[in-house]
Amino acid sequence: MKVLVPVKRVIDYNVKVRVKADGSGVDLANVKMSMNPFDEIAVEEAIRLKEAGKADEIVAVSIGVKQSQETLRTALAMGADRAILVVAADDVHTDIEPLAVAKILAKIVEEEQPGLVLCGKQAIDNDMNATGQMVSALLGWSQATFASKLDIEGDAATVTREVDGGLQTIKVKMPAIVTVDLRLNEPRYASLPNIMKAKKKPMDEKTAADYGVDVSPRLEVVKTSEPAERAAGIKVGSVDELVAKLKEAGAV
Amino acid sequence: MAVLLLAEVNDGELALDATAKAVAAAKSLGDVTALCVGATAAAAAEAAAKIDGVSKVLCAEDAGLGHRLAEATAALIVSLAGDYEHIVAPATTDAKNILPRVAALLDVMVLTDVSGVVDGATFERPIYAGNAIQTVKSSDATKVISFRTSTFDAAGEQAAAPVETISATENPGLSEWVEDKVAASDRPELTSAGVVVSGGRGVGSEENFAMIEALADKLGAAVGASRAAVDSGFAPNDWQVGQTGKVVAPELYIAIGISGAIQHLAGMKDSKVIVAINKDEEAPIFQVADFGLVADLFDAVPELTEKLG
Ligand SMILES: Cc1cc2nc3c(=O)[nH]c(=O)nc-3n(C[C@H](O)[C@H](O)[C@H](O)COP(=O)(O)OP(=O)(O)OC[C@H]3O[C@@H](n4cnc5c(N)ncnc54)[C@H](O)[C@@H]3O)c2cc1C
Repeated sequence: MKVLVPVKRVIDYNVKVRVKADGSGVDLANVKMSMNPFDEIAVEEAIRLKEAGKADEIVAVSIGVKQSQETLRTALAMGADRAILVVAADDVHTDIEPLAVAKILAKIVEEEQPGLVLCGKQAIDNDMNATGQMVSALLGWSQATFASKLDIEGDAATVTREVDGGLQTIKVKMPAIVTVDLRLNEPRYASLPNIMKAKKKPMDEKTAADYGVDVSPRLEVVKTSEPAERAAGIKVGSVDELVAKLKEAGAV
Repeated sequence: MAVLLLAEVNDGELALDATAKAVAAAKSLGDVTALCVGATAAAAAEAAAKIDGVSKVLCAEDAGLGHRLAEATAALIVSLAGDYEHIVAPATTDAKNILPRVAALLDVMVLTDVSGVVDGATFERPIYAGNAIQTVKSSDATKVISFRTSTFDAAGEQAAAPVETISATENPGLSEWVEDKVAASDRPELTSAGVVVSGGRGVGSEENFAMIEALADKLGAAVGASRAAVDSGFAPNDWQVGQTGKVVAPELYIAIGISGAIQHLAGMKDSKVIVAINKDEEAPIFQVADFGLVADLFDAVPELTEKLG
């Protein structure tokens, strides 16, 4: 089985983003960028499927600016076999909407015929939580979101999902789209030799136009603003003082 | 203009708080028709009919719609979509599972976790773990939206609106339910509780979490946790507060042994009063806390529980 893993280049999760003063967006120039953490979990799961003999090839795909090739190299260094870069934007500040990304991914799926697409459940930049579900809709495939456990047996996958009430287990027909949650696995770091080897792994370069997909946004960004700041608080010296302050504030 | 609102129904029961908050958010967009879906949904439909602002309820009961599996529920919503300009739901895990699928089937974008309504096409939503608020204007004919419940007050009650029974669409049969693992609890629900007491990695173990729970029970609070506490097995996944867990905005949030990573702050920084107990005075959680106590939690929490009597 071939596994397709879409990966997104996003601001590193340790970096606190800055909103530009003119409200036109956030500042991503000279900011550390990394693979979306959920996508790392997806790559890791694909590698584990391969190690378990359930997958034979892992194809990583990234859609965005040209620099996304760095993200793909990371996926290759972790253990993906080859990569497809779809250049769909010139400016690092352009975020391709999940609908357009999903349309490109659906086309790639038609070409590549994977048995499984493993996506991160959400990108930590736009926090949309949508791409996997949209790919699934466009393909008419089954979908299992927010996976914390994945078991593939023949033509079905049993997936445990993290939901508001706790955990839900469902069984989906293959081929399937699975979006992964934090507790599915702990992604490995790429070793230095593997980083070197990854440089020689194949990477195809395409454009959105190659797939005939219009990536123009459906949502026009009117403005981007800072969230309301909280007023500075105080430190209390003891539990007694804390209790007194809470009573004074009417909080208990 | 008409709004179709997917009510939150769990095992036949209406999640009133989440649904009523979404109704409040959607009211200004037009006449709200609530859709209750499930293997059983009649009781939920009756309850939804009494939410102020709901003008009609559609009730679809079918074994194939049980457990709100995305494919069947999305197909039903798409079959109804022609009559509505907005298709909305509270931003629960169910809605996050279903709505993007609906949107793609309609060839429109989805707007998730919307925190503000500017007009019928323009909405605010947090991005980058809530460190920026984006205002976006949709050019799509149908707007598919999930509302972040923590930013809206629940709609009140009204005399019951009419309920109409509709049939399910054909089930694509792509997935089936196996089991739910839901811990029963007498505590209030995390996303609607007035008080939340959360523990982090500093709590140290599942056994020690009993201390957090004792304080919560004293305050009639819900219990929350950081990702590190959940990853370490101290607390179940449904307690996780944050960018990728639940978003809460209670009257009082008490963070214990939590450092205050941006991903955690994303889920609680709109709380009215924030208390932090942490032994590291440099911990970033103190930057958002109204009342910070630099102390060892193993001393401070039992003392606080006792003195709040
Ligand atoms: C993609 C992604 C998504 C994430 N989503 C979330 C999310 O939704 N929610 C979330 O919470 N995190 C999330 N995180 C994780 C987040 O980055 C932090 O790692 C996490 O919040 C840290 O949890 P913590 O504060 O409990 O642990 P730590 O950062 O380890 O902090 C523990 C704190 O406990 C204090 N402490 C220790 N012992 C004591 C004691 N005896 N008395 C008092 N204080 C003590 C320490 O001083 C420290 O400040 C996410 C991360 C990523 C990459």
